Parts: sequence; C-alpha cells; structure tokens
Amino acid sequence: MSIEFGHFALVLAFALALVQMTVPIIGAQFKNDTLMRVGEPAALTNFMLVALSFMALTSAYIQSDFSVLNVWENSHSAKPLLYKITGTWGNHEGSMLLWVLILVFFGALVAVFGRNLPLSLRANVLGVQGAISCAFMIFILATSNPFARLDPAPMEGRDLNPILQDIGLAVHPPLLYLGYVGFSVAFSFAIAALIEGRLDAAWARWVRPWTLAAWMFLTGGIAMGSYWAYYELGWGGFWFWDPVENASLLPWLGGTALLHSALVMEKRSALKIWTVLLAILTFSLSLLGTFLVRSGVLTSVHAFATDPARGVFILGILVLFIGGSLALFAWRAATLTPGGLFQPISREGALVLNNLVLTTATATVLIGTLYPLLVEAVTGDKISVGAPFFNLTFGPLILPLLVIVPFGPLLAWKRGDIWAVSQRLFWAFGAALVVALLAFVMVDGASVLAALGIGLGVWLVLGALTDLVVKSGFGKAAPSVVFSRFKGLPRSVFGTALAHAGIGLTTIGIISVTTLETERIAAMQPGETVEIEGYNLRFDSLRPFTGPNFTEDQATFVLSRVTGKSLGEVVSSKRLYTARQMPTTEAGIRTLGLSQLYVSLGDQTPNGKIVVRIWWKPMVTLIWLGSLVMMVGGTVSLLDRRLRVGAPMPRRKPAVQGGVA
Amino acid sequence: MTRKQKRLALIAGAIGFLGAATGLTLYALGEQTSYFYMPGDLAENPVAAGQRIRLGGLVEKGSIERFDDTHVRFAVTDGSDTVTVRYNGILPDLFREEQGVVTEGVFDGSQIFVADTVLAKHDENYMPREVADSLKEKGVWQEN
Repeated sequence: MSIEFGHFALVLAFALALVQMTVPIIGAQFKNDTLMRVGEPAALTNFMLVALSFMALTSAYIQSDFSVLNVWENSHSAKPLLYKITGTWGNHEGSMLLWVLILVFFGALVAVFGRNLPLSLRANVLGVQGAISCAFMIFILATSNPFARLDPAPMEGRDLNPILQDIGLAVHPPLLYLGYVGFSVAFSFAIAALIEGRLDAAWARWVRPWTLAAWMFLTGGIAMGSYWAYYELGWGGFWFWDPVENASLLPWLGGTALLHSALVMEKRSALKIWTVLLAILTFSLSLLGTFLVRSGVLTSVHAFATDPARGVFILGILVLFIGGSLALFAWRAATLTPGGLFQPISREGALVLNNLVLTTATATVLIGTLYPLLVEAVTGDKISVGAPFFNLTFGPLILPLLVIVPFGPLLAWKRGDIWAVSQRLFWAFGAALVVALLAFVMVDGASVLAALGIGLGVWLVLGALTDLVVKSGFGKAAPSVVFSRFKGLPRSVFGTALAHAGIGLTTIGIISVTTLETERIAAMQPGETVEIEGYNLRFDSLRPFTGPNFTEDQATFVLSRVTGKSLGEVVSSKRLYTARQMPTTEAGIRTLGLSQLYVSLGDQTPNGKIVVRIWWKPMVTLIWLGSLVMMVGGTVSLLDRRLRVGAPMPRRKPAVQGGVA
Repeated sequence: MTRKQKRLALIAGAIGFLGAATGLTLYALGEQTSYFYMPGDLAENPVAAGQRIRLGGLVEKGSIERFDDTHVRFAVTDGSDTVTVRYNGILPDLFREEQGVVTEGVFDGSQIFVADTVLAKHDENYMPREVADSLKEKGVWQEN
C-alpha cells in the first residue's frame, strides 16, 4: 500500500471530521433527525479511514521502505518483525497517529453501542468527538506528518532507539492511549449534557461503563510502563515521579474520582454538576499529559523529537478544549438542576470524601509537575521537584484515604452506621494488625513504618473480602443460602472488592520493596559466589553473543539456595546496538515466589573481573499483580447487568484491541 | 442534621482538607525547590552536609579514578567550578569523560559528594535537560 494513500486517507478523515463536528450538533439544535443521524456513519467511516492510514504507515515499516522519512529515522532492515510493527508508534508522528486512531475508534464504538441513547445526546456526543479528532488530525497533517518522503531513498534506516526495542512498546503505549483517549467519551458526554442543559441519573449510567473501560486501560498502561522501566533501565526502579509518569497518573487519579462520583450521581442523583466538572477535568488532564509528553517541554525517553511549533500547536488545542469546556461549564452549569444533599455518614458521604482526597492529591501532583515549568517561565530560574516533594505531599494525603477505603462499600446508602461497620471490620483490622506485628518482629530491618505500611495493604485486601463476606450473609444464614447469595451478588460488588484488594496488593508491594530491598555490589570473576537473602549466586561464565541487530556479553549465573538446592541459571547481559552504537543493560531477573532477584552488569575492571550489582526485591511483583487485579475488577464490573440495562453497552464485551492491531 | 448543617459540614470538611493539602505543598516546595545544583551554584550557595540534592554537570576529563573494583571517584564540572564525587556501584552505560551526568546524594563533612545514584544521558539525543540548559548558559555546550 502506498504511503500517499495513507496520507490521502487521513486528509479525507479530516474533512469528514469537520462534517462530524458540525452537522449532528446543528441537527440537535434544530431538532432535525436527518442531520443528527449524520454523526453515526461519519464516525464509522472516520475510523475506517484512519485505520487505513495507520495500516499504510505500518506496512511501510514492515517493508522497511526507507523512502519514507519517518521509517528511515526510526527503523532498520535487520530489526525483528515485531519491533518493525511496534516501531510505527515508537516515534512522535506515529504515536500521534495511534492517538487519533484510538480516538476515532472510541467514536465508532459510541456510534455502534450508543444506539439506545436519545438521538440528540448521541448526535452531540459524536459531534464533540468529531471536534477533538479534527483538532488532532490537523495537528498531525500540519506539524507531524508521518507520510513525508525522502529523496533519494537511503539504503539503510537509522534504527529505533534500543530502549524501545522491547515487547513493552507493543503493550504500553496502546494501553495507555486507550486509557487517555477513552476519557474523551466521558468528556463528550459532559459537553453534550451542558449543550442540552439536561442531566439526570441515566446520564451517569451511560457514562460509567466508558469511564470504567478507560480507567482499566489506563491502569494497565501505567502498570506496564512501570514494569517496563523496572526491567529495562537496569536498576530496578518502578516509579521515578518523572513528569511524564505524573502526566499519566493525573488522569488516573481524576478518572478514579470520576468513577466514584458518577456512582453517587447514578444512585442518589446527587453530585451532578461536580461529576460533569470531573469528566471535563479528567480528559483535560489527559490532554495536558499529551501536551507535556509530545511538546518537548520535558525531556525524557518519551520525548522523541522537539519542535517548538508542535508545542505551541498542542498548547493551542489544550487551551481551546480546556478553556472552551470550562467556559461552557461556567455558562451552562447554573441551568442544570443541582442534586440533593445527604448525611455525612453514608455511602455517598464516603464517596464524597474519596473525591475530596483524590482531587486534592491530583492537585498536589499537578503542582509538583508544573511548578518547575512555571517558575522557569516567570523567573527563568531552574528548579527541580523530585521524589521528596511527592513523598511529602502525595503520601500524607493518600494514605488516610487508603485507611478508610474498606469502610466505604460497607456503609449503607443514605444513612450509614459507622459503629456497625467498624464491628464488621473488626476481624480484618485485627488480622492486619497481627501481620504488621509479625512483619516488625520477624523481618530483619523492618521499621515501624514499613510494618504499618504492610499492615495497611493487608487491611485493604481483607477489608475488601469482608465486604463480600458480609454481603453474602456469612455466619447469619445456612451455608447453602450464603453460597447462593454469594453467587447472586451483583458483579459490580465483586468488581469493587477486586479493585480495592488490588490497591492493597500494590500497596504491600510498594512498601515492601522501598523499605526492605537489599543489594550487593561485587566485582566477580567466573567461579565466585555472592550470598544474598538466603540465596547463593555463582558467576559461571561470560560469553559473547550476537543477536539480529546487536552484540552482547552474556553473563551466566547459577542460582541456588544456601542450603544447596539449585534453582537454575540467571542470565544478565550488556548489549550494544550496532546501528546506533548504543549500549544497554539487560538485567537478569528471577522471580522467587512474589519476590525477585535482579542482577545487573557493570563495567569490566582492569584485572578481568566484572562489576555485578544484585538486588533482592521483596514482594515487588505485587505492585503489578495488584494492578492486574484492579483491571480484572474493572472487567468484572463492566459485565454487570445493571450497567447494561438501558445503557449503551453490548451484550458481549467490545473487541477493543481490534482497531489497534 | 438540617440541610444547612449538612452543607456546612461538607464545606468545613473540604476547606479543612484543602488547607492541609496547601500547607503540605507549601512546606514541601519550601524544602525541596532547590533540588538540582551545578557545581557553580554550590560555590555561591553551599549546601549543608547531609542534605539530599542532585548534582549535575560534565564528567571532568581525566578525573575518573577507580579505587577497588566498585568504588569510583570522579569530578563533576560546569567549566568553572568542580565538585568531587564518590560513588560505589555500577556506572551507567553511557558514563564517559566529558559527558553530561546527574548524580544524587549528599555531601559528607569534607566537601566530597557521596552519590548513591548516577544517571548519564540516555542516548545521543538525550541529556538531562537541567544539565544541558545550564551548560548552554555557560557556553560549554556543543550542539552535535
């Protein structure tokens, strides 16, 4: 397929997006059904056109067509096929095209699964989606064209940044974008509600599945990015409070708050205006994240190339959408009927507290991320805000929230009884306390705070289980009744319990690895052994190895327990990517239970030894397993019947990955 | 509770919480704003021993000294001033003489910076921005 064909398809898609953003909204204003119905086919065709355009670029990558500038800059004929495909979005232009592809994919999903939405609401939602597509398509066409040709065509490409030549690139960006861009649907619903001036509990029920899906993908995307950085960068850090990471955490926090407030709106018809505002803010944070990463304001692995024109352009889009939507909010919010008030001690009260904490925590992360940019813009001084800032602000704000999480689902709507709930949680609390005590006494080097942190994680997991136990009437009814009640619990109850338990698992992982991690640094020659945490690691051999587009020195270690039981080999290597002459460290990682042994190679010393750094990372896998449990919770909740009745969700889960491949 | 009391409870809670968050943020910003230093900044405003900072600059030519297999000492310079850094561990893949580097750690009592983390530029297009900008200001930076 010719690259010009892809370019042309994108231009057509842009023209069609112009139609999609105007005609249905005008139709909705004048109550003209024919005009309103234009949105659906426009959204579907738009998706097909952008998909074609994306496929044209991907095929240029697969064929290593170096007459395409973008392919020449980021690919190499010796690269494995998988990295040729993923390389399509391993650069600025291609990743923006992926962004737009996912955006129009969500537009098409709304068109398909929104058949039972009121006609005018659907028209407005699709119109707003069209407007967002339009802005980003013109951004690509004007400043980041991936279809530019190069004449004469070079013989060989410049290769993809070796750090990106990893399976992580196949998973992390698509998941992250599905999350980022998924929030655009909630945003479009919010704008549509403001345009129509109508907002009721049904609106929340329509918005929630979309928000939940986006939240799940974002959870997965962040977790995957974190694991990728952990194993690829060679020193096993899982979170750096890097501005780019913060950019993905911000919409996650906002989206989490939105999920909870939409619940209050759906069940109690309260917090209506707040929920609309959160929907706007969450997508605004997604846009802000895109701006921070794509404009080159920040330098990191994620900023592929910097071009001031792009930064200004995205900033323009940002100002237009955030400013425009907030102005619309200010103008129209007063016309919406506000929701009722309620008792502080109740499920909705707990959810409000959740929202209060999450939004405040979001604000502190936002300040920490933008403050350096602001100071530099105003005074020219360069300051850097790092982990200490976030530990001092985000930590104290979010920890109390985690403590009260188990209470929320157990409180009744309208009027809760905090004492009754406390009694039900007694066993979970006791068990968590025991675990904390055990951790303090049994584990060497565990401080009081570390023990309490691990106890907190256990409290979250057991608190989530308590909710299931209480709701199935355990101890109050016959076992068979309990079982049938347990089976009959709404799926969303399981979803909540899983998501909350997942947070607990992640907490345990984070606390244990940050407080109990140990490391050894040694210069070793073959035959030497290092002991760490009850394991012996013997350096066996160092051998050269040649891969498809790299050469490496592979160090083989033999791992065994101190007691002598052999556990096989661990291979760690130093790799040199020949095209860019760039070295990388490929850490050797062995998972032992929930913990990991992480072996990284350093330089060779003059006397022929090699420096080896070995970390013992206790329970580190829980960080990502917890996120996985959260995602499963989200999926289970999405399958809840109550979300589907009268709601725009399909019987079967939409094949979300379909549009990306 | 009456409607008015409920609303008051909500507003009071929100204000209390936001107040706490603002307090924490201001405190943390006051403590943590000067986090990144170049050797020249330290010559003007010395940092107390034990305070955790980030130090960036170029690795001075000919300054890398290895004591035993894992302990290394090198100097970080910005063209005019220089700070000696001590480090135990694996240096990053792209750690070289006259290359940009960011180290994190504390000063011991004797004006030597004890780093526990050393970050070098990631690839030929990437250099810690703080370092690049500061070096450009001093005219030491060469565009490649």
